[in-house]
Amino acid sequence: MNKNIILYAAILIFGVSAPFVFPAFKVQLSILCILIILAITWNVQGGEMGYNTFGNILFYGLGMYLCASVQVGMFFPLAEWTEGGGEKTFVHTPAQFFQGFAVGLAVAAIVPAIVAGLIGYSILGLRGHYFAICTLGLGVAAGEISGGIEIIGAGQGFTTPPFPKVGSLEARGEFFYFCSFAVLIFTFLAVKAIYSTRFKLVLNAIRDNEDKAEAMGIQTMKYKIIGWMISAFFCGLAGGIMGGLVGYIDSTDVAFDGREMGVFMVLMAILGGKGTLWGPVIGATVFHIFKEGFWTFFLGWQYVALGVLIVVIVIYFPEGIMGWLREKYPERFGEVVDEADRKAQVELK
Amino acid sequence: MDFLIFQVPMLTVQAVLDGLLLGILFALIAYGMALQWGVMNIINIAQGDLVILGGYIAYFMYLYGIHPAWGVIVSPIIMYFVGVIIYKLVINKVVDRDLFISILATFGISILFMQLMNFAFGADVVLANSGYGTTMLFDNSVTLPNSKIFSAFISIVFAIGLVIYMKKSKLGRAIRATAQNARAAKILGVDTEKVYAATFGINAALCGVAGALISITFTIHPYMGLPYTIRSFMIVIVAGLGNLPGVAMSGMGLGVFEEFADYILGTEFRIGSVFLLLVLILVYRRFKLSKKREYLK
Repeated sequence: MNKNIILYAAILIFGVSAPFVFPAFKVQLSILCILIILAITWNVQGGEMGYNTFGNILFYGLGMYLCASVQVGMFFPLAEWTEGGGEKTFVHTPAQFFQGFAVGLAVAAIVPAIVAGLIGYSILGLRGHYFAICTLGLGVAAGEISGGIEIIGAGQGFTTPPFPKVGSLEARGEFFYFCSFAVLIFTFLAVKAIYSTRFKLVLNAIRDNEDKAEAMGIQTMKYKIIGWMISAFFCGLAGGIMGGLVGYIDSTDVAFDGREMGVFMVLMAILGGKGTLWGPVIGATVFHIFKEGFWTFFLGWQYVALGVLIVVIVIYFPEGIMGWLREKYPERFGEVVDEADRKAQVELK
Repeated sequence: MDFLIFQVPMLTVQAVLDGLLLGILFALIAYGMALQWGVMNIINIAQGDLVILGGYIAYFMYLYGIHPAWGVIVSPIIMYFVGVIIYKLVINKVVDRDLFISILATFGISILFMQLMNFAFGADVVLANSGYGTTMLFDNSVTLPNSKIFSAFISIVFAIGLVIYMKKSKLGRAIRATAQNARAAKILGVDTEKVYAATFGINAALCGVAGALISITFTIHPYMGLPYTIRSFMIVIVAGLGNLPGVAMSGMGLGVFEEFADYILGTEFRIGSVFLLLVLILVYRRFKLSKKREYLK
């Protein structure tokens, strides 16, 4: 217990001081926070519940569009904004910007959760790979369709409100960094709290054997929908912040980017270890460092590297970092190890 | 509403004919997918990228002055070996694992292929011109490129050829036996590893034929693979595994649906409507099955 408090305090101190210690990496650190949030939310769905989804990108993109639209639409006509570079004619005052962003984030979290609740009953009735492909279809369809809607910029994209001139030049980066860090802490604590309740056990029961869980009297559908809504809630939040951070929303390349973000979140969670609390955090951090290194030094080959990485991780490392640690040091995970029994098992394998 | 298609009724005929000819191509790709799904229990997300790669082979023959129709012969031969190599490197490690693992692994292959093709062939939309001309029907109100008729004809020839091959040849019998029960086949002396490799190779070869035909009749682009995967997946789940007439019918149905979606909703929603149709079909199947307290599996 004592060790944990030290660990959390260290992470908190690092998180708060990071933008001042490494001012050049503020944007990267914000993106890292977003990636960790996405990995954690995917893990709720894919790791704990066993419903491997490619479709959480839907909520991420939805949150992104909603946050930006609310931020603009609260004060200015949205259609005119997107039509002809509205950010030049309409200027948010600082108060309007922050107010709009706060309301936008709230909407960006709640609406995707509601959407997840509404489509959940239909989609979550599918199992296994049908669910995976169906959600893949949902994500791509959302991207294609939003690319044809005029009011949110259609094919030419949507420029989010520029950051108002307050404070120093560094203010923009710091604002978005602390936003994403705060949301990350909120997400982590919320998920940690959820994981200590019966709810997590129910999700695990659904993952391990849904029919049996149902036979035990658990209303699996209800829990599945709630699980997906939680996932969608935080995904939407992450998307809203990411939209403001990037400053430009495009339907298929930024918002509903199934080929990048949609795969990243799955990959990060698997790399870290599915079905653990810390796995996605570690996985996202490792993945982000690796990715940035590749993106910088092998520009142009990054997708080739990504493709190879996916194949290698999936084939040779499906248990992830946490799974590997667990195999190596089972005592640390609170497992009672009987050396003779363990040896016997190894020999059996 | 003033949709063009309702004002000019002849466009309906045009859309149906285009859709049917397109759908036969989809059915050919879906046949490959059904084959590997049934035999190896693999869902190959890279299916569409194999198609596009096959298309580029035909396109390159066209660039070097060979008639692209020969791609129909050359492309499957090359793609067969590409398929076997992919199997040896990746697929054989995911064959008997969780289906999600195979989906994710082939997703990785798909991203890899997409980017490699982008490097090798550039990001332009290309087309291999066959120079077959067009046929005019009904007082010149319906135009039908001969290349589409040619591609539908070749698809049917290949599909029938494969069916006969699967029925008569030794390898075909081994493949069917493995699909029924891999373990029993192994006991009876079938080298299932070889059968799997051959199945994946045949699937890739089918993709190669389809790709060569697509490069003649339509256009190809490195990033256009995923819609073909989704289309073939959709066709297979509608028709069921091992139901060849069903695959052909639902392929043509999908083709017609797409042409109409193109006319009514507009071209920008064409791919979106395909993906949405997939979701709708799956949800429909789910509700239908849940009445019997079953689920898709």
